[in-house]
Amino acid sequence: MNVTIVDYKSGNISSVINSFKEVAKGKVKIEVTSDLKKISSSDKVVLPGQGSFKSCIDALNTINGLVETLNDFALNNKKPLLGICVGLQMFADVGYEETETKGLSWISGKVSKINNQNGKYKLPHIGWNEVNIVKDSKIFKNVENNSHMYFVHSYEFIPNDKSVISATTEYSSNHVCAVEEENIFGTQFHPEKSDKTGLKIIDNFISL
Amino acid sequence: MLKNRIIPCLDVKNGRVVKGINFVDLKDAGDPVEQAKIYSDGGADEICFLDITASNENRDTIYEVVEKTSKKCFVPLTVGGGIRSIEDINKLLNCGADKVSINTAAVQNSKVVIDSSKKFGSQCIVVAIDAKKNEKKWEIFTHGGRNSTGIDAIEYAKKMEECGAGELLITSMDRDGTQVGYDIELMSKISSRVNIPVIASGGVGNLDHLVEGIKLGKASAVLAASIFHYGKHSIKEAKEYLDSKGIPVRI
Repeated sequence: MNVTIVDYKSGNISSVINSFKEVAKGKVKIEVTSDLKKISSSDKVVLPGQGSFKSCIDALNTINGLVETLNDFALNNKKPLLGICVGLQMFADVGYEETETKGLSWISGKVSKINNQNGKYKLPHIGWNEVNIVKDSKIFKNVENNSHMYFVHSYEFIPNDKSVISATTEYSSNHVCAVEEENIFGTQFHPEKSDKTGLKIIDNFISL
Repeated sequence: MLKNRIIPCLDVKNGRVVKGINFVDLKDAGDPVEQAKIYSDGGADEICFLDITASNENRDTIYEVVEKTSKKCFVPLTVGGGIRSIEDINKLLNCGADKVSINTAAVQNSKVVIDSSKKFGSQCIVVAIDAKKNEKKWEIFTHGGRNSTGIDAIEYAKKMEECGAGELLITSMDRDGTQVGYDIELMSKISSRVNIPVIASGGVGNLDHLVEGIKLGKASAVLAASIFHYGKHSIKEAKEYLDSKGIPVRI
């Protein structure tokens, strides 16, 4: 089996690579590439994302055929895909960071700035927060409810269909921090930076 | 609920850990990779490396330290010291740093903060401010505390937020290495002025100082070196103590 981390030249993905390699040790091949053929033929794909919604979408679009390849992978072939942070946010129809930007439209919804209640809550939402698991999700297998995960973001994904939400977290309001719809998984938090519990989530994804 | 973070800081010189008293009189005390691993296993919420003499020495050793650490520690890793350019930031991030803290370069040219936060995202840009109190204000110092600037720290903090900094790391130079506690007034003034998280630094001598930094200084995170480094307290003890004082921490 092989897992591909999509390298689309947006932000820092070395921590994602390190954590997947640590978990995969020997049993699974971890590939880091933007090669469309390799992405298509891999068993699972990880879509990281750092920076703004717009910069990530722009970076995806810079690589000719990448969006089509990912669409094919996730929507037609229905192979497992994990989006992390902005990687998750890009599942939406639209994002409002910097300017209104069209997303991948895999899970209907929008990405808006967290309401900081007139400065009552500092943004970005940085640090360790508890994750409230709201539905049975394969990536949360053997992960205790209310485990701590590491977050760093100012925008939140608001899906139209609430049944896709697999976990929420409390900061200013109760917002979505993980989704699962069939083969598509996403975490707003960074499993690669969330210590042993985060590595467990990565292990769960790899073991799907 | 978001937890307050405890961040042990390792001062690194030529690839080895040191911690100075008021930025001088350095003692060698270990391998940074091993130290970082001990801290992350012990429950540190983040790890911070400060390459203290980077401004005027060959700093390639830090890249190797960061690379090795990031393969062993799976909590956020912040690296600061001697960062001058987008290229420096890029190199550190590629080695496995999650955030960089920019000090002197941000004072000299705020465009570094604007450009880097645009390129890499605010989430990985920490602006470090070294401030010293005089009769009128807290003044910013650069180059590891050697050069005065005349710049007001509180105004500057606000400006850095506007430039795109994701967090501010505030060090009181009057307190650093003294173990008498954070400069609470400075921390709370800056924290109230900005809407981004503030990390308090400089002066921790006991666990009550960590409590004060969060409760009175309104810091989102507290950074300390000596109390952890020389085994006076473990991260676990610190967290349990904060918890007993009603401060939300990750245990």
